[in-house]
Amino acid sequence: MGLQDFWFLTVAVLFLGFFVLEGFDFGVGMLMGPLGRRSAESDGTTAAPALEANRRAVLNTIGPVWDGNEVWLITAGGAMFAAFPHWYATVFSTLYLPLLAILLAMIARIVAIEWRGKIDDPQWRHWCDIGIAVGSWLPAFLWGVAFANLVRGLPIGPDKNVVGLSITDVLNPYTLLGGLATCSLFLFHGSVFIALKTGGAVRRNAIAAAGRLGIPATVLVAAFGLWTQLAHGNASTWPVVVVAVAAQLTATALARNGSREGWAFLCTTVVVAAVVVLLFASLYPNLVPSTLDPAYSLTIHNASSSHYTLTVLTWAALICTPVVLGYQAWTYWVFRKRIWAESIPPPIGLSHRRSH
Amino acid sequence: MNALDVSRWQFGITTVYHFIFVPLTIGLAPLVAIMQTVWVATGNTAWYRMTKFFGKIFLINFAIGVATGIVQEFQFGMNWSEYSRFVGDVFGAPLAMEGLVAFFLESTFIGLWIFGWTRLPKLLHLAAIWIVAIAVNLSAFFIITANSFMQHPVGTRYNPETKRAELANIWELFGNNTGIAAFWHAVTAAFLVAGTFVAAVCAWWMVRSKDAPEARTMYRPGTILGCWVVMVASAGLVATGDVQGKLMFHQQPMKMAAAESLCHTEFEPNFSILSVGTHNNCDSITHVIEVPYVLPFLAKGQFTDVTLQGAKDLQVQYEQQFGPGWYIPNLFVTYWAFRAMIGLMAIPMLFALAALWLTRRGRVTGNRWFARAAVWTIPTPFLAAIAGWVFTEMGRQPWAVHPNPDGDPMIRLTVGQGVSTHGPALVWVSLVSFTLVYAVLAVIWFYLVRRYVTAGPQEHDAEPTAAKPPSDDDLAPLSFAY
Repeated sequence: MGLQDFWFLTVAVLFLGFFVLEGFDFGVGMLMGPLGRRSAESDGTTAAPALEANRRAVLNTIGPVWDGNEVWLITAGGAMFAAFPHWYATVFSTLYLPLLAILLAMIARIVAIEWRGKIDDPQWRHWCDIGIAVGSWLPAFLWGVAFANLVRGLPIGPDKNVVGLSITDVLNPYTLLGGLATCSLFLFHGSVFIALKTGGAVRRNAIAAAGRLGIPATVLVAAFGLWTQLAHGNASTWPVVVVAVAAQLTATALARNGSREGWAFLCTTVVVAAVVVLLFASLYPNLVPSTLDPAYSLTIHNASSSHYTLTVLTWAALICTPVVLGYQAWTYWVFRKRIWAESIPPPIGLSHRRSH
Repeated sequence: MNALDVSRWQFGITTVYHFIFVPLTIGLAPLVAIMQTVWVATGNTAWYRMTKFFGKIFLINFAIGVATGIVQEFQFGMNWSEYSRFVGDVFGAPLAMEGLVAFFLESTFIGLWIFGWTRLPKLLHLAAIWIVAIAVNLSAFFIITANSFMQHPVGTRYNPETKRAELANIWELFGNNTGIAAFWHAVTAAFLVAGTFVAAVCAWWMVRSKDAPEARTMYRPGTILGCWVVMVASAGLVATGDVQGKLMFHQQPMKMAAAESLCHTEFEPNFSILSVGTHNNCDSITHVIEVPYVLPFLAKGQFTDVTLQGAKDLQVQYEQQFGPGWYIPNLFVTYWAFRAMIGLMAIPMLFALAALWLTRRGRVTGNRWFARAAVWTIPTPFLAAIAGWVFTEMGRQPWAVHPNPDGDPMIRLTVGQGVSTHGPALVWVSLVSFTLVYAVLAVIWFYLVRRYVTAGPQEHDAEPTAAKPPSDDDLAPLSFAY
């Protein structure tokens, strides 16, 4: 395996980590509102404090970890830049508007999560909840669109820049299906995660939500997976599709059965991972195929950094990655306890105006 | 405006915004860690309350710093894709390592610190905030290493086959003398910002609660801590700035000329404090107040016998060297940003001296003018830090990568060569979106920080809870939740 292959693999692993971890973060953000309401209602109340405690129980499943999960994206972007500058330059300048939307959505989500509890006021929380919802729905959809775009290819010209990009190059049935697939998959993945991390009414309702979401997610993911396989895949990616669908079906069955959230979560993790593997394996050895002429495609060889740079990066990755994995895993261990709406402490935010 | 201008405005606006929050994060993290250390070591509840008080403000600020930081990484590809192609082999490595080494650490351990108050043993929880403090400073090192490559490219060679800059030696890149000086300069600036913030907020509270016990047990020690940080940081800024001046004299003479709006090469020039004229026409400038000896010292460490090259003479020289083009940066911005940086930096220093005097030998003060001065001091180091960046980045123009006089002359790129091939309309969309969103967020950030400062340490922060392992009782309330 050459260094270019190794770094293609590394970028794939970083995005895999991002989608597995941030996937359930997005799911939690998307489900926070509806699940909070349902959970309170199923306890026979729609009183504001009960609604709020249930919403917060959902949000706090990712409380200590979401920030670290997001760094997988930042590092993946950095690794693309460092190891394959042309890949980074072409993709980021071409998918300008989707990335702009993703950036604005992620900004909204970050500050909304951090600032939500800082002011104890229903209107304030309402705005933050909108920020969290938009900041989760939009990227969950757009990342699917963006990656479907990469696999489908872009009109890359001889100088590695895209020429004459039209809207249908970015938004078309295949990429939109990709967006729906990731969005529904993250919803499902997130609902299973919430079921695993909570207790009481929230857990029961998360299990119910997972049961309802399983089949639509299966349909969309399978459709996208098959389209990817048939249009862009190769013989070696068939097993990945099979694994993805099998894991997805198992997860759905477990979710509908209403038990064994741990196994169900393992299955949805495998599905997300398999989708990422499928996308990257379909690309390899291309980074972005050119829709104009295969000779113009960006490949791991013509878009990569020099041998020396890749060697330096390899050392950095080999030394740091085990440590990062170690302390991130430890964080999940520290905060392994299930969260109940009943165990959510009273809000400690300040009132809107100075009260004295 | 063409796409280049719009892209430059966007990068400038997003970077200046980002750097409102970043120095407070970098400087406040170690200060909160120190406060918590004092509490853990002495058991003095006043320091626990200060840790929580400044800790909350730190977190409000940390969030927006992270949010505006992601944009920075994406922008190189989105708006400066030709730059990214040319330098990616070199410039990408510190960026990737920043994520791998610094961002993972800070974001993971900040979660452990926020949520771990009763989940982690006391010392481990203390270690979490120290790791955050070290990690934010590490990230400064990596990003300034990347920036300093643009100021003074080292450890790099030009590959004629791939037509780009390629990394030749990573240790030379990390050991860039411009980078080391800029790192310490930026970090001491961050300490100046955070030290001023802590000192001024505590001073304000000391005056407000002059007769309460907190004035003596909490706000006076807090003021003194902040003031000493300001004093040490000021000394550090002067020392590192001096090193940078001497490097700039040799490495970026045009920036030096622009800092003075110096048109023509002069022997033993004076440093001008105030001048009038249309700066971008440097011939029209009249110097009103001038100080001798300063410039030669800044440039070479000697009071006499120094020749400073003028912008117009350098322009002629650069045209011969690099071909036709305009190589003079915006003199008005460069000249005034340089003076704003130095002038604004002096204010926190004077404030710290006054505060240390007023709190000498156990005194607390109830002087309302002092409290008012404290509040007005808070923004000055922020503005000084921003002025410093505006100076060093605008003074580098039109270069994205400034040629190294002792290095490979092919390692150079102007901003015009580095910009993506977008139409201006597309970049306008993002410029307007970012500016509007950031403006709204800055207002909310200001509101939140102000609200938390004026509310002071809260009652529910008064009683530290004992650290205990997760109990078997599922319904035990969490110590903290969003």
